[in-house]
Amino acid sequence: MIADMLSGGFTDAPVQSARAFREILEAMARPGTIRRVEGALPPAPLSVAAGVTLLTLCDATTPLHLAGRCGAQAVKDWIAFHIGAPLFDAPDADFALGHWADLQPVNRFRIGQPDYPDRSATLIVERDVLSDDGPALTGPGIQLRTHLNLPEVQAFHANRALFPLGFDTIFTAGNQIACLPRSTRVEVI
Amino acid sequence: MTDQSYNFAYLDEQTKRMIRRAILKGIAVPGYQVPFASREMPMPYGWGTGGVQVTAACLVPEDRLKVIDQGADDTTNAVSIRKFFARTAGVATTERTDEATVIQTRHRIPETPLTPDQILVYQVPIPEPLRFLEPRESETRKMHELEEYGLMHVKLYEDIARHGQIATSYAYPVRVEGRYVMDPSPIPKFDNPKLSGCPAIQLFGAGREQRIYALPPWTEVVSLDFDDHPFEASKAAHDCDLCGAGHSYLDEVITDDQGTRMFVCSDTDFCAGRREAGHQGRLWASQPEAAE
Repeated sequence: MIADMLSGGFTDAPVQSARAFREILEAMARPGTIRRVEGALPPAPLSVAAGVTLLTLCDATTPLHLAGRCGAQAVKDWIAFHIGAPLFDAPDADFALGHWADLQPVNRFRIGQPDYPDRSATLIVERDVLSDDGPALTGPGIQLRTHLNLPEVQAFHANRALFPLGFDTIFTAGNQIACLPRSTRVEVI
Repeated sequence: MTDQSYNFAYLDEQTKRMIRRAILKGIAVPGYQVPFASREMPMPYGWGTGGVQVTAACLVPEDRLKVIDQGADDTTNAVSIRKFFARTAGVATTERTDEATVIQTRHRIPETPLTPDQILVYQVPIPEPLRFLEPRESETRKMHELEEYGLMHVKLYEDIARHGQIATSYAYPVRVEGRYVMDPSPIPKFDNPKLSGCPAIQLFGAGREQRIYALPPWTEVVSLDFDDHPFEASKAAHDCDLCGAGHSYLDEVITDDQGTRMFVCSDTDFCAGRREAGHQGRLWASQPEAAE
């Protein structure tokens, strides 16, 4: 058990986190595109991509909320050792990790303040699979349109209506990530 | 060769995570200035400390870095920043726009069109477009919150009333996706049209003012203007005297004390590339060694 907790982090953090961030940046800047990341082996049920995202973006200064199965003790131990992020309830978290159903209702999460819209939560949503069949996405970062299999549409509509407030979302599945920042408009189906 | 005394790309990991989080929020809210805990860098404020921190947070070992200062690759600022990252991150460097994957720039956008595989990092002195109109941060923040940008239009109107035209020629304010008014850094307004619909990611770092902001690719960026005084991307009404380009941004160079002057491309890579391709300007063609 102890071995699991201690292993699975970056072996060369400066370079691995740089490469991972570049993929996350590209994914966030081009909503709906699916990128691959590598370098972390977090305990189940976390995906490689979720582990990489946590290692790249979270540290002791970022309150983290773990929802549902992602709040397993093994995960908490792994995060405590490798990342050190304090665990918080949903309304106080900078980052939240979980499956979409476990994160409900998503209107609990911080959407920023009108004068500081950056003080908002980033949701890391675990999916079974990421694919480009789903509602059309338009907005900044998208030349014409992209498609992504979203867990639902309504919540992202409501989130876009809050712009420039709102949460930002990183979807993870296996070693794949895709992002949906608050600026993206989701097609009504 | 990386200098092993430093962490990869100079900054420590916690600092880079902090900057990376700010960059992602900036991407999510295009044009909004995200506060970040800017670090002291081994160069003075005003020499690109913001751009350097953003570049450090984005670089990967496979990158090929280009640094320009007013379009030039061979000025002190550009050379020293390029050497800084060659030493602390071990990245390859280049002076060619089309070979670069990350381009850090002071006050120009390269003439060569950017591609989706590139990131353009701007060095920004004063990120707040309203700062010279309203010195209080508490007030400008409120104005952004309320989309209260009338003051900026008053400023442009006063330009017209006084000069007959909008006299702002650099750091020309833009509106991003119909929401935030943004300072594009002191690029000439000639470059403003290149901000909009750009395939590359554009990141802006202001070190002293501790702000990061961003434009994702294909973002709509509109230069502020009036129906009867539309925005005009102006440049000197000359061709480059070295390469003959008629559509690039020009620097004016005084060549003697009799008032003789020449105009040359501010983008040195673009100008050299054209000359290599056989283009000749007014003065280059008259050089004996160039004529052979």
